[in-house]
Order: sequence, then C-alpha cells, then structure tokens
Amino acid sequence: MEPIIRTENLSISFGGHKAVDRVNFEMPEKHFKSIIGPNGAGKTTFFNLISGELKNTEGDVFFKGQSIANLSSVERTRLGLGRSFQITNVFPNLTVLENVRLAVQSREKIRFNPFKHYLHYKKITQDALTILEQVLLENKAHHIASQLAHGEKRKLEIAMLLALDTEVLMLDEPTAGMSLEEVPAILDVIKSIKSRGDKTILLIEHKMDMILDLSDSIMVLFNGKLLADGSPSEIMNNTTVQNAYLGGLYDGELVET
Amino acid sequence: MNKPILLSRSNIFLFIIVLALIAFPFVMDSRTLTILVTQILIFGILAMSYDILLGYTGIVSFGHAMFFGIGAYCTAIMLNDFESTIFVFIGSIAVGMVIAGILSFIVGLLTLRLKSHFFAMLTMAISGLLLVVAEKWRSVTKGNDGFTFKAPEVFKDRIVFYLVVLALIVIVFIVLKRFVNSPLGRVLIAVRENEQRTKSLGFKTLYYKVIASVLAGVIASLAGSLYAVSLRFVNTAVLTMEITLDALLMTIIGGVGTLIGPLVGAVVIESAQHYLSGLARDFPIFERWIIFFGIIYILAVIFFPKGIVGTIQAKYFQWKDKKAQLNVVPLSKNKESSK
Repeated sequence: MEPIIRTENLSISFGGHKAVDRVNFEMPEKHFKSIIGPNGAGKTTFFNLISGELKNTEGDVFFKGQSIANLSSVERTRLGLGRSFQITNVFPNLTVLENVRLAVQSREKIRFNPFKHYLHYKKITQDALTILEQVLLENKAHHIASQLAHGEKRKLEIAMLLALDTEVLMLDEPTAGMSLEEVPAILDVIKSIKSRGDKTILLIEHKMDMILDLSDSIMVLFNGKLLADGSPSEIMNNTTVQNAYLGGLYDGELVET
Repeated sequence: MNKPILLSRSNIFLFIIVLALIAFPFVMDSRTLTILVTQILIFGILAMSYDILLGYTGIVSFGHAMFFGIGAYCTAIMLNDFESTIFVFIGSIAVGMVIAGILSFIVGLLTLRLKSHFFAMLTMAISGLLLVVAEKWRSVTKGNDGFTFKAPEVFKDRIVFYLVVLALIVIVFIVLKRFVNSPLGRVLIAVRENEQRTKSLGFKTLYYKVIASVLAGVIASLAGSLYAVSLRFVNTAVLTMEITLDALLMTIIGGVGTLIGPLVGAVVIESAQHYLSGLARDFPIFERWIIFFGIIYILAVIFFPKGIVGTIQAKYFQWKDKKAQLNVVPLSKNKESSK
C-alpha cells in the first residue's frame, strides 16, 4: 500500500548547519509513529518540513504519493496534514471556544461568508464544545485563551488540531511543560483518538516511557539524521539508540556506524 | 444565554441614540451645531472603516486618506462638470467606491504580503504619490487651491443633508457589524491575533487581508464623498496624512476592535477640534490646539490602550466574570461534597 507520508532525502540547512539531514521515512496509513531524539536533534524542524512551515532545501516530501514540497502550509493543511505546536500557538485574546470554533469553521470550509452571523452556525459551536469536552476543557470554554494555565493551553492546542479533523495528526510534544498530574489526561485523549483507528498520528515526545506502549513504531533522530526506525522493542534494544541517549555517541562514530 | 440579552440591550441603547440624533436638528436650531454633528458623523464613517483594518484585521495603514480623497474628488469633479443633481451625486459615490475598491484591491494584493510595518510604509508612499498627482494635475483638481462646486439642490437645506448622512452611517454601521460578526469577520480577528496560526488552520490569510482592505477603502471613499458635499469645496487637503492621522486617532482613542469606539472617538476629536480652536480668541495658546491633541494622544496610549469603549467593555466583562465566578464557586463545592 502507498504510504500516506513518505520523505526522500529530506534535508534543510540553515547556513552551514544541516538541521535535518537526508531523512528517508515512510508512514503507512492509520499508523502511530513516535519521533524521539535528544534536544536539538531536529525533530520539530522535521515536523515543520512536513507541515510546510519550513521549505526543504533538498529532497522531497510525498503525501499519498503526490509531492507536496512546493505547497504552502495552508494547502497542506487542507490536504489533510494537521499539526499542533510545541510552543503554544493559539489566538491569545479570543475565548477558548472561539479558538476551537475557528478550527471547526475551517474544517467545514466556511471561509468567505460575510453575511450570516457566526453564531448562526449552531452545529459548529456545538462541535467545538464537543471537542472541548474530549480534552476536558468544557468548563473553560468562555475563558480568554491567554489566561489559561500552561497545561490547559496544551489541551487547547490539541483541541484545535482535533477540530480540524485531518487525516494525519502531527503532535509536537503535547505534554511539554505540563505538570505530572495533567499528563495522564492528555495521554487518554491521544489513546482515545488512536483507539478510534481512523487517524494517522505522528508524535514527538521526550518521555520514552509514555510512548512505548502507545506507538506502533518509533523513529529516532539524532543530529538531524535518522538513527533508527522500528517497533518499540527493537528501538529499546538498539545499541546505537542507547548510546545516543546515554551520551556516548558523537558525530564521528555515527558516520562509521 | 447571557449574550442575546446583552446584545439587545446595547441595541436598544443605540436605537435611542439614533432617535435622539434624528430629533436633534429639529430641537436645536443651530446651524453650526448641525454642521458640526454632520462632520462628526462623516468622520465616524471614516473611522469605522479604518477600524476594520486596524482593530479587526490588525493592519496598520498610513494611506487611508487616499481612499477618502478619491471619494471626495470623484463627487466634487462630477458635481462640478455635470449637472449638480442628486442622481449625479449618487452616481459619483458609486464611481468613487468602485475606483477606491479597485485601487485598494491592487494596493492590497501588492503590499499585504509584507510584514506590518513595511505595509504601513508602502501605503504611506502610495498615498503620498496620489497627493503629488492631485497637486500637479491642475486641469482636473485645480491643485492645492482646490475649487468650489454647487451641491445638489436638496442639500441646500443642511438638515436634509444631515439626515442623509445619519441614514448612511446607520446603514454602514449595520453592514460592518454584520461583516465583523460573520464567519469571514471571525477569520479577520484570527488574523489579527495570530496570522501564522490562522494559516496553519487552513485559511489563506492574504485573501482575508485584501478583502478587509477593499471594504475599508470603499467605505472610506463614501465618507470622502459626503465630506466634499458638506464643504462644497475640495482641495488636496483631503489626501493628506492629516486625514489618515485623524482616523487613526479616533480609532485609538475610541477603542480599536469595537465599531462603537471609532464613533465615540470621532465625537471626541471633532468636538475637541471645534471647541479648542474656538478658545483661541481668548487664550492664544489654543491657536496651537494640535499640541493638546498630542498630549491627549500620548496619555490615551499610555493609560487607555484599549480606548474609551474598550476600557469600559473590559471593566464590564471583569464585573460580569466576577459575578459568574461567585455563582460557580458554591456549585463546585456542592459537587465535591456530594462525592
């Protein structure tokens, strides 16, 4: 079967620094893949290349067999590549509900209607509220987004991604900076999306233990290079990966291996 | 369920104000006051159109005067060259709107890709260019000296003109209110809040910004047409930076992102202009009344960044929030105890 996302030698350099270096990977449909790697490994940059926030300097990205390297992030979202952001990126002065409502509005393709009142579309508001319930934010619906606690902003970020209802969900460290008590709630949300089985999910995460039982496969990035890609148990037993995480690995050795 | 009640309450309030404004010229038999209020309403239209850019879409334009000037010149030239009838007047408004719409479309398409401050600079340059054209093209515009023209016969009565302007501002207000509350208007607000995020939600933000700038340009042109008729005179002053700054001041002092705000701002600025310059006879310092404007402006930006209406609104929501929280607290306590 044609993989839903495929990259060929995907690279980007900032000046002389290659942040992502010839990464080849394939992502089957309805698959759950996690991306791990130490800080500065290029995980988020890799995400940005797939979602279109950054343009690759080399190589190519394919979505369902079609090259999308020249499409803007808007067009990629409309094709079905939705993403959340690691650094919270919401509409700060709008209410939580309005944030999600805008995402639902985009999904419903209501873009240029200048005549009807926005509350006329009751279904959209209803859908937005349903999604807020899913991420346990329904009691904050009428709060201003900038006044939310950090964990709640992360939930809102996920809610906006869910509201877009894209085929591929790209989650960039959904639990980053969250207090430990809040993490299980987010995990539950992700698990419930996964259990519905109609989404392809790509997840960046630092907390290894959290993703091991969740992921179908894990890929490891290190210094912009793809170090390994395989099932969770393979990755756990992979000595290169262990070295990378324990800090025994340097660039020079990487080339040799 | 609180919202519709709040909405209708503010609607009733506005309705009363409109009624008072309709009654005003018949109660107050003062020509100067009627002219002043007409002036306020015209600048209210201009300020509202500017608020669509600044307050709703987050675009800072320093070239808004060019659309105002286009409207003013279209009406003045057409009323002067053709017959001075009400039909020519209506036609000239339409022509002005179309030209302003086309120009703002082209300018928007060319410049809105730029980041905000570059856009601001470019709009300033383009409107400066237009000002030079108007000054040099003497055969049509008579340059800096300007020219007088006859207003349509019906407008000889100041009260009729006043009522027409009042009707137009009500229509513009309703149209703009509907516009900013439409799904499209919501996306504009999203662009103001976080353009990059709006893009990643799948909205092509450039289109939205161009739509906003076309709408603002068209409405500004309407204001310009009315302005020219109210003076029965036009010169290049309608294209100058001062018009843009007036609109900017009204919007900021009144409150960005609220359509009422610019109207309040127009009242404040226009009446201040009128009365402060009137004081100049007794106190020579008021010949430089613009100094006081500068001071008001600085104080407003420091202490009321949300403007008059914005500050009142924020206070009102705070008060409502507190009330809502008081209602919520006992409820959640009940829940815990029932567990």
